[in-house]
Amino acid sequence: MKKMSKTTKNNFVTYLMVILIYAAAQTMAVSGSMSSLMQGLLVPLCAYVILAVSLNLTVGILGELSLGHAGFMCVGAFSSAFFSKCMVETIPAAGVRFILAILIGAASAGICGILIGIPVLRLKGDYLAIVTLAFGEIIKNIVNILFVGKDSNGFHFSTKDSLSLGLEDGGKVIINGPQGITGTPKDSTFTIGIILILISLFIILNLINSRSGRAIMAIRDNRIAAESIGINITKYKLMAFSVSAALAGVAGVIYAHNLATLTAQPKNFGYNMSIMILVFVVLGGIGNIRGSIIAAIVLTLLPELLRGLNDYRMLIYAVVLIVMMLFNWSPKAIEWREKHSLKSKFKKKAEEV
Amino acid sequence: MSFVSYLINGVSLGSVYAIIALGYTMVYGIAKMLNFAHGDVIMIGAYVVLTAITSAGMPPAAAVLAAAVFCTVLGVTIERIAYRPLRNAASPLAVLITAIGVSYLLQNVALLIFGANTKSFTSVVPIPAVTLAGGQLTVSGETIMTIGACIVIMIGLTLFIKKTKAGQAMLAVSEDKGAAQLMGINVNGTIALTFAIGSALAAVAGVLLCSAYPTLTPYTGSMPGIKAFVAAVFGGIGSIPGAMIGGILLGIIEVFGKAYISSQMADAIVFSVLIVVLIVRPAGILGKNIQEKV
Repeated sequence: MKKMSKTTKNNFVTYLMVILIYAAAQTMAVSGSMSSLMQGLLVPLCAYVILAVSLNLTVGILGELSLGHAGFMCVGAFSSAFFSKCMVETIPAAGVRFILAILIGAASAGICGILIGIPVLRLKGDYLAIVTLAFGEIIKNIVNILFVGKDSNGFHFSTKDSLSLGLEDGGKVIINGPQGITGTPKDSTFTIGIILILISLFIILNLINSRSGRAIMAIRDNRIAAESIGINITKYKLMAFSVSAALAGVAGVIYAHNLATLTAQPKNFGYNMSIMILVFVVLGGIGNIRGSIIAAIVLTLLPELLRGLNDYRMLIYAVVLIVMMLFNWSPKAIEWREKHSLKSKFKKKAEEV
Repeated sequence: MSFVSYLINGVSLGSVYAIIALGYTMVYGIAKMLNFAHGDVIMIGAYVVLTAITSAGMPPAAAVLAAAVFCTVLGVTIERIAYRPLRNAASPLAVLITAIGVSYLLQNVALLIFGANTKSFTSVVPIPAVTLAGGQLTVSGETIMTIGACIVIMIGLTLFIKKTKAGQAMLAVSEDKGAAQLMGINVNGTIALTFAIGSALAAVAGVLLCSAYPTLTPYTGSMPGIKAFVAAVFGGIGSIPGAMIGGILLGIIEVFGKAYISSQMADAIVFSVLIVVLIVRPAGILGKNIQEKV
């Protein structure tokens, strides 16, 4: 047998970890040792993991801070829920319909990512962060004033209210502005969620270790140097950004098909959600894909296990974020860690001998 | 007449944005960081005033002073604990993410102390409303106070930077930190002073904002904070008159957007302005274009 390279081995460990988590969760669910509350969390958890992993592609690999990730999730959620609700009668097979819904969610979020990425990626650092934040809020705002109805004449659009759609008798409102979409078929299951996590991981890990991934990381490390050796900056930045957006769309699809009523509120698709995903990424380690998965799982399940701490959850997130950043990035902390780490102590001993 | 009254409302809201934007622009110009927590310092300032008036029974003027002092201490503490250790970090994202964390921390501390319920804020402005044009147009005392405060603060800041040694030190640090240090300027002290001034302004802005829009929740500060950053970018970040012009223009755009286009889309309109500005003129109205040196 050919010896596996280090990256292949590393990737397999990541896949294996996801599969083991799935097996553990399934055994717990079947044996009844999992509370119904926890079972209800399994599907959103899959969405969070995908979100964390995809945001890590932008923050860790591309090296730009995006604060509009929830916006792409929102696009994926609403476009796919819209599709599923329209097609409930046309395509009765839930499996086929859901696969199509996932593709539509991913495609619309990806296209959104490209459209937003073209102007946004000319900026960098603080400006990019604030503009992605702005785009996230704009998307949420637009979804909240959008009314779409369907009758025998086709689709009707409005930005005022459901009455001004002018529907015939028997026509139904599909997207009802701030009330969102009601009655999306509940197609998401934990198994599908895990499969989608594996597919997302496959896409991201392969992208990182490909020629394009190296180019993206070269841009992150030194934009000018990368440009001078002939890397097309816009192309690779856009590639990373739109892949990240499309995967966020997939997370949105899972999220939407787990809810009876889908509404765009600050809590689920706003700035807060984007920050929560960022906390996952930072806690797991910026640029470390496996870390993002673990952080998303721990930070979602931990507050549920410690119910009494629910009021303090966001407070704990905030403190975790600050402490992690200070500990990992402050030059003084890095120096201190190098002095006191086990590795350096062993090294010293080896030198003494 | 409704046009004129919208315009006055816009200038009033814009003046609040301008005061907040001044804090942003100073910190950004000197410390080269986007202080995400600035908006939440506003909210803390408003809560301090509210508590000082309702619980401690202080007169409004003393309460505002207390809030300014409290926010100054808060701003300097945040800078010392959370931002200074990261000033020379390898990645520029580090301090930005930390600032987001601080913003979240302040919101959630306020949530735990004051609760999620909306508190009604009684105006602290003693000026009565003025009626113009034979009763068709009313200008509230808050509006006059806000616009006046904005002008006074801008003139004061400009004089401070032009005429005092500390102000000149700020300019020097914003140009080149290393060279400023070699000239014997205390860089850390200057940056701390900038945070102190910015946070004191935030407290004033918080009082004015909550006097004009009398509701207060732990999330009151975050949206105006982000919009004020938009204003600072609009006017040209690092420029004091730019922050003022950007703030007032943004206030007018927001009020007109609300009145003539759609009240739900007002935030989206404000953010679209930011996107257009950054694409067309990234340095802002009064900003200087800085060439990148290789």
